[in-house]
Amino acid sequence: MSDTVTLHINGRPVQVPQGTTVAAALEIAGQTYSRRSVSHKARGALCGMGVCFECRVTIDNVPHCRSCQTLCVQGMEVVTDD
Amino acid sequence: MTRSRQNWDVLVVGAGPAGMAAACEAAQAGARVALLDSQHTLGGQIWHGEQQHPKSRAARHWFSRVQALDITVFTRTTVVAAFSPQSLLAETPKGPLVFDWHRLILATGARELFIPFPGWTTPHVTGAGGLQSLVKSGWPIQGKRVVLAGSGPLLLAVAQAIKKEGAHVCCIAEQTPWLRLAAFGQGAAAHISKLWQGVDIGLSLLGVPYHCGWWPVRAEGQDLLRRVTLSNGRRERSIECDVLACGFGLVPNLKLASLLGCAGGGPFVSVDSHQQTPREHVYCAGELTGIGGVDAALVEGRIAGLCAAGQLDRARTLFPRRRSWHCFQDKMAQAFGLQEALKSLPDEHTVVCRCEDISYGQLVSHANWQDAKLQTRCGMGSCQGCTCGASLQFLLGWSRASERPPVLSTSIKTLIGEETGH
Amino acid sequence: MSQAWDVIVVGAGIVGTACARACACAGMKVLVVTQGSIAEGTTGAGMGHVVILDDSEAQFALTEYSRRLWRALLPDLPAAVEVVQCGTLWVAADQEEMDEVQRKAAFYQKHAVRATQLDAQTLRQAEPNLRPDLAGGLQVYDDMVVYPPSACLALLAQAQQQGAEVRCHASVARFLPGGGVVLTDGTKIPCAQAVNAAGCGAPALTPGLPVQRRKGHLVITDRYPDYIHHQIIELGYLKSAHVVSSDSVAFNIQPRQTGQMLIGSSRQNGDESPDVDHAILTRMLKRAKWYMPGIDQLQALRCWTGFRPATPDKLPLIGPSPRQDHVWLATGHEGLGITTSLATGSLLADLILERVPEIPAEPYLPARLLTGDLKDV
Repeated sequence: MSDTVTLHINGRPVQVPQGTTVAAALEIAGQTYSRRSVSHKARGALCGMGVCFECRVTIDNVPHCRSCQTLCVQGMEVVTDD
Repeated sequence: MTRSRQNWDVLVVGAGPAGMAAACEAAQAGARVALLDSQHTLGGQIWHGEQQHPKSRAARHWFSRVQALDITVFTRTTVVAAFSPQSLLAETPKGPLVFDWHRLILATGARELFIPFPGWTTPHVTGAGGLQSLVKSGWPIQGKRVVLAGSGPLLLAVAQAIKKEGAHVCCIAEQTPWLRLAAFGQGAAAHISKLWQGVDIGLSLLGVPYHCGWWPVRAEGQDLLRRVTLSNGRRERSIECDVLACGFGLVPNLKLASLLGCAGGGPFVSVDSHQQTPREHVYCAGELTGIGGVDAALVEGRIAGLCAAGQLDRARTLFPRRRSWHCFQDKMAQAFGLQEALKSLPDEHTVVCRCEDISYGQLVSHANWQDAKLQTRCGMGSCQGCTCGASLQFLLGWSRASERPPVLSTSIKTLIGEETGH
Repeated sequence: MSQAWDVIVVGAGIVGTACARACACAGMKVLVVTQGSIAEGTTGAGMGHVVILDDSEAQFALTEYSRRLWRALLPDLPAAVEVVQCGTLWVAADQEEMDEVQRKAAFYQKHAVRATQLDAQTLRQAEPNLRPDLAGGLQVYDDMVVYPPSACLALLAQAQQQGAEVRCHASVARFLPGGGVVLTDGTKIPCAQAVNAAGCGAPALTPGLPVQRRKGHLVITDRYPDYIHHQIIELGYLKSAHVVSSDSVAFNIQPRQTGQMLIGSSRQNGDESPDVDHAILTRMLKRAKWYMPGIDQLQALRCWTGFRPATPDKLPLIGPSPRQDHVWLATGHEGLGITTSLATGSLLADLILERVPEIPAEPYLPARLLTGDLKDV
């Protein structure tokens, strides 16, 4: 098994080490925010432990996934808010 | 019958130090033990990601003990509700699981307290422990300029850890005034292991400015953090940086205990000398009973595990050790108590409820949490008040109304609670 | 006798505030007293639908009248009321229920209620997330959804604009025989008339009142805008609301302005505990999943319970209390409190002022259930 994983973030391929969370992958890819708030402000990870829900993204068409709690898997499609 | 749906002698929820210690003692005493955690691996927050590479003697000891004993471990398993008086409902990636229990030990730990201030919602403002967790799971920190701010020894531990990963730690702002901190340092030196820890951290952070009596008042940046402003109540200083990691201490994760009717409405779960809560057969250990760090968590966990397995005499031998760590715990609480000045951090435009974008100005006019929630939607979003509720408790003294399931956002599939294909 | 007020309304839920508003707008000096704060009881827990039901002529008359009053009020409601003008889709699982759809369609047409029958295909187009093999449905256009606590506050604000006053955290112990109320702290507030709009707390103030607490469960999801476009109710809802003795569930889902969805419903008698009952929650969610197979993939943020004040004949009590002088009743609205609140207020004000109400008041008069002695029902 490879030591790295390739996933897609907003359509762009990103290669990360095995064991990396999606939240970390976003930052590696230069995507500094995961979502837009109710009043359209950029938001990113805050608590790092899955309780604040600020790191939410859509993964494989499932919305509201906490990226800090999700490990990257080969072929994953991650979409953030614009 | 699925492997979860057995009548566990001792069910332990949370696999941080307290939970691991409890599970080990109960299993050693012959009980059939299940140990649950929402994370992928054991260790909780403080030993997050260390299962393969423990970084301390204690971590090494407990990770290997859990491996060696007959404990059924369920990771990626999040307890979401009390399904019935003697069973818990949990969410897993493969579907719901129900756990029947004879004795229950709650060790659900703590989360960081966030105090809102202008700009705190800007990306790259994170928790202190939050940053550490992110970095442990691959978040790139090398070369980034980081300011740490808030309260507690956690700031130092995080600074040390991220410095090792190549972060440039600009400074650490500890809100505790110098005199109180010095007094704590003297008291802490009585606990030898803490003294060594202190020396170790001190050496590794040589050259990092450590400002006592300072706290963050403003974070600036359009969609990304550029600058942080700190204050000591009289002066301000601004620092250009990439990340602000702020943590104002810890608050216990009480929601499950609350749903089980054993939280009692206070800031922590009250337990007797056997670590038993007011609800019979439900025990509690670790940060849930008081913020005390690893050492208190371990001894409390051990006592809870022994008592849940009926080994009261052996548990009693650990009481003096627990007393000693509780003494340290009290000193910590006194030293790092939050200053009144921090209650003025948010201005009227500062977002307090991040899920629904409700500002402090919209909230202060209400009498209590219940009114604010009904009239502003505060606490009605994805985190269900987990973040803002704790902030408002500190800022306005608001206590939470009675809790409702699930413990956190859960799939409807899980709530239906029908186990399939495990 | 104090001349300060003409009427005291006990209860500041949707019915109490609607009564206060109607009385205040009719020129009465109104005092609202409530044991807690605004909308803390059933109103704060419920779904907030404004829906026409035609279980009986009397129920239809009341819901239709009240819905008209809601629609007239829309321009005056603040944004916080979060009105969603989504209409209701009644869904039929089989031919028997389609027959009911046809009956309702004909009835609504006769009474000028805008509604359209949908066959299986148009139902699928209207709501793609419903299971594809339903028989069809009935779309009732002018039904809507409001956010109950804000609606309640809005009605109260309108009452206050007409001079009404409110006292919160003022618990009423009993009615004064000569008119008015006595608070639990001993304060006496004499008044010519008093209204018992205390919902589930009403029987404590009017002994023998045939109002029972009927427990319900609700689940709210995270935001999924466009998942549904209408409030959706299974026709079996009517069977569930009919059943008085045993526990029942019926599928009901409602879109909120935020894109979150409220899923219901359940009915239980005799369970006094506010705790979530996971056994019935499972039944309720399984029923929802039968109608919307993908629903189990959605995130639920919170489950809670509420108690509906229910009468034995599914109609509220609006009118003079047969055994208490100077006391009027406005309670027992079960699951139709939001819908029928405005009509209740209107009827009550008419009755107090001896004006001819817009719809006959007889079916709702308390004397039908409460005469000299308590009737067994």
